[in-house]
Amino acid sequence: MKTRLWGTRGSIAAGGANTIRYGGDTSAVEVRTAGGQLLILDAGSGLRPVDTSGAPDRVDILLSHLHMDHVQGLPFFHPLLDPEFEVHVWGPISTTRTLRARLSRYMSPPLFPVRVRDLENVFFHDVVPGRFDIGSVEVHADLICHPGSTLGYRLIEEGRVLAYLPDHEPAFGSRVFPAADEWTSGFEIAREAHVMIHDAQYDDLEYQSRVGWGHSSITHLATFAQITSVERLVTFHHDPAHTDDDLDDLHDRLEEISEGAVVLRGQTGLTFDV
Amino acid sequence: MSPQHPVEMILLRQLASYLTIAIWMMDADGNLIYYNEPAERLLGVTFDDAGPIHADQLSQMFRATDFDGNPLADSSLPIVKALSKQKPTHGEIRFCGKDGVWRDVEISAFPVEGQANRFLGVFATFWELAE
Repeated sequence: MKTRLWGTRGSIAAGGANTIRYGGDTSAVEVRTAGGQLLILDAGSGLRPVDTSGAPDRVDILLSHLHMDHVQGLPFFHPLLDPEFEVHVWGPISTTRTLRARLSRYMSPPLFPVRVRDLENVFFHDVVPGRFDIGSVEVHADLICHPGSTLGYRLIEEGRVLAYLPDHEPAFGSRVFPAADEWTSGFEIAREAHVMIHDAQYDDLEYQSRVGWGHSSITHLATFAQITSVERLVTFHHDPAHTDDDLDDLHDRLEEISEGAVVLRGQTGLTFDV
Repeated sequence: MSPQHPVEMILLRQLASYLTIAIWMMDADGNLIYYNEPAERLLGVTFDDAGPIHADQLSQMFRATDFDGNPLADSSLPIVKALSKQKPTHGEIRFCGKDGVWRDVEISAFPVEGQANRFLGVFATFWELAE
């Protein structure tokens, strides 16, 4: 799976001279599979510039959850308005409304001029925790610790594993972190992944005043990566208040405390093979 | 390695660990997967010592009767009812913990249903009745 980060910022887009290297767009990750599919993880503002040249006529977008920073790019993704494309949007199931109905609240006037019902080439799938397949890719989805219904994804193709947990607070689920494996949110999604893309929003001091907000401190991230035995860790969902220099410092610290996993700095434009 | 519990149960356990009322949690197969510190006093054994308990072993570890001392069938216990019928249940029983002490307790048991109507287990509260 050839993977490229198009948006790595959390919460809200943060453009400007101080966020050039890590990028200001919100969550969007392109995954080109060995089987020729184009999968995109989340639909933040980073989705808009995703290059679909050479892509098949089907695109699958896997939404972790429906917070604005993960869906705001959706209406601006050109395949939605191109009848040559078939777009499949996958997202967490709700007890009350379908994925289509929930996204329609955003994609309808007065918030947006185009209605979902006008998009005849878009198909919505309410994801139940468990497994489903997209072409050659085995997708495992499970709810993870973040406010509201939020999925982590585990993509497996030809034995290679990419884990995606963009918004995740594993420490919130235990009094003392780390807890036993079976009591750790996201454990099965991340377990022994070749690459894990994971929330890295806060430094340890920031986290203390944001417990329960659904995001990780770098110490918790390093611990989570260690107990799940991931090979490579890609940082993600950077705090919008963090400048490039702040993030350099944060990553220097993360590299110091990480044991086992190789840290890849989640900068927009970063590409890697899984 | 045991399979990871669903996040709903992980968060319930986290909540239970902070409460001062006794909480007992079972998974969908009837295994006792957690009880909190207030429950330890009623059950007469710490969770660290007992650990998760398989469904088949529960009735051997803890005995229950009505208030006249008549043994209760497992199927009549509030927690087992909540598990089998997947509906909230409530009841009063006399209960013998691992420490051999009999206590009168009031139990409310709730089925835990997660997203996509996944039945995940039972969350039960124990209240010791005043003598």
